Amino acid sequence: MGFKNFCFKKSLWVFHFGGASCNNCDIEILDCLTPKHDLERFGILLVGSIRHADVLLVNGSINMKDKNRLLEIYNQAPRPILVVAIGACGCTGGLFADSITFAGPVDKIIPVDAYIPGCPPKPEAIIGGIVKLVNKK
Amino acid sequence: MAVNLFYFFVFPGLLFVAVTGAFLSWFDRKISARVQFRKGPPLLQPFYDFFKLLLVKETILPKQGSPMMFLMAPVFAVFGAVMAGVFILLPLFNITTGFKGDLLVIFYLLTIPSFSYIMGALASGNPLAAVGGSREMKLILSYEFTFLLVIAGIIMKCGQHFDLYTIIQTQQSGTPFIGSISGVLLFIVGIFCIQAKLAMVPFDMPEAEAEITEGIFIEYSGPAYGLIKLTKYIMLFILPAFLIALLMNGFRLNGINILWAVLKVLLVVLLITLIRNTNPRIKIKQAMSFFVIWMNLLAVFALVLIAFGY
Ligand code: SF4
Repeated sequence: MGFKNFCFKKSLWVFHFGGASCNNCDIEILDCLTPKHDLERFGILLVGSIRHADVLLVNGSINMKDKNRLLEIYNQAPRPILVVAIGACGCTGGLFADSITFAGPVDKIIPVDAYIPGCPPKPEAIIGGIVKLVNKK
Repeated sequence: MAVNLFYFFVFPGLLFVAVTGAFLSWFDRKISARVQFRKGPPLLQPFYDFFKLLLVKETILPKQGSPMMFLMAPVFAVFGAVMAGVFILLPLFNITTGFKGDLLVIFYLLTIPSFSYIMGALASGNPLAAVGGSREMKLILSYEFTFLLVIAGIIMKCGQHFDLYTIIQTQQSGTPFIGSISGVLLFIVGIFCIQAKLAMVPFDMPEAEAEITEGIFIEYSGPAYGLIKLTKYIMLFILPAFLIALLMNGFRLNGINILWAVLKVLLVVLLITLIRNTNPRIKIKQAMSFFVIWMNLLAVFALVLIAFGY
């Protein structure tokens, strides 16, 4: 188990699900991959297909249309999969919590392993959240 | 029999090419990171990726499509790559196989991985995978003939010998083929063919991840995808090694020459990586006209030069 877990921690591939966000969180997530923060040095890669992913990043408020898509994406992911909710919208609903199309924060729809609050969270906060998640496992 | 199994599984075969290829894949990623002013992944990153896919993740079978074909395709791909690797590396390490005509066998074996990717993609029943598969097929159609012309040039240059061992010996006793004008032209054409065979950036439309989300590999997960990664590592080693055997004198395994052998492989991979990092992805139509018109013209020009003895 030790070796398996070690390899898993060392090579987290990330799939990014953007809900109905205001787009700030998406930009901060992309910022983590830029030269200044460079998440690839921890083996973290952004992948294009959910079938290759180990971590599902969800940001933005989840509205009624996104809900089914999020569920579908989550069910298609190969296990084990970790889910990270990013931003105030992902964690609680934030700014959009009272909107009529709001369909619940992420953890009402799928189980969430880590929350990274902030509106938007800084790239450092996102990295910090991922480090905590990896150490918890 | 035992020695053949050893060849296949351990020394020039599976274990050796996989480990070397993994290191070259790290080298490729590290250089890309340096080009983009990043730090890049740690040395053992390809191993972590491979073992994670192999041991931790589960494989999901597509609901539509043929699961058998879908799962067999990566196995075929690894098999083809390792066979090609054995045939290329045995003469490179000065072990004669006594097989006259292995050049053509290598040429066919090198296409097996691409064909198995296509079969796996079409068996998955995913429309994006089908788009990727058809692009890969067009890419094969365009570069294979060019690659054959390069090999034909080498055969003409060394005096109608079809085996890699004689080609390497001819170069080692004389000058390497790249030391002439036609050799340089063949090298340029060859490096673009390798780039397309590896599906690296100017020619990565089969697996364009921003456009058709990894295309041919979209449905693969877990151990099956791990095998595809393994094939990619192996191809990243044996294709440059093949080019070195054809044009750059092969390896010599005594004293300081071992260092030269390593440097030659790193140099070719570096060239591929730099091409990949300084070019955008082109459209499949552009790739086809690039190979069918321009690269073929260059290769034919090189053949004419060889016929006149340059
Ligand atoms: S958390 Fe804030 S920054 Fe992020 S998507 Fe919601 S409103 Fe935008």
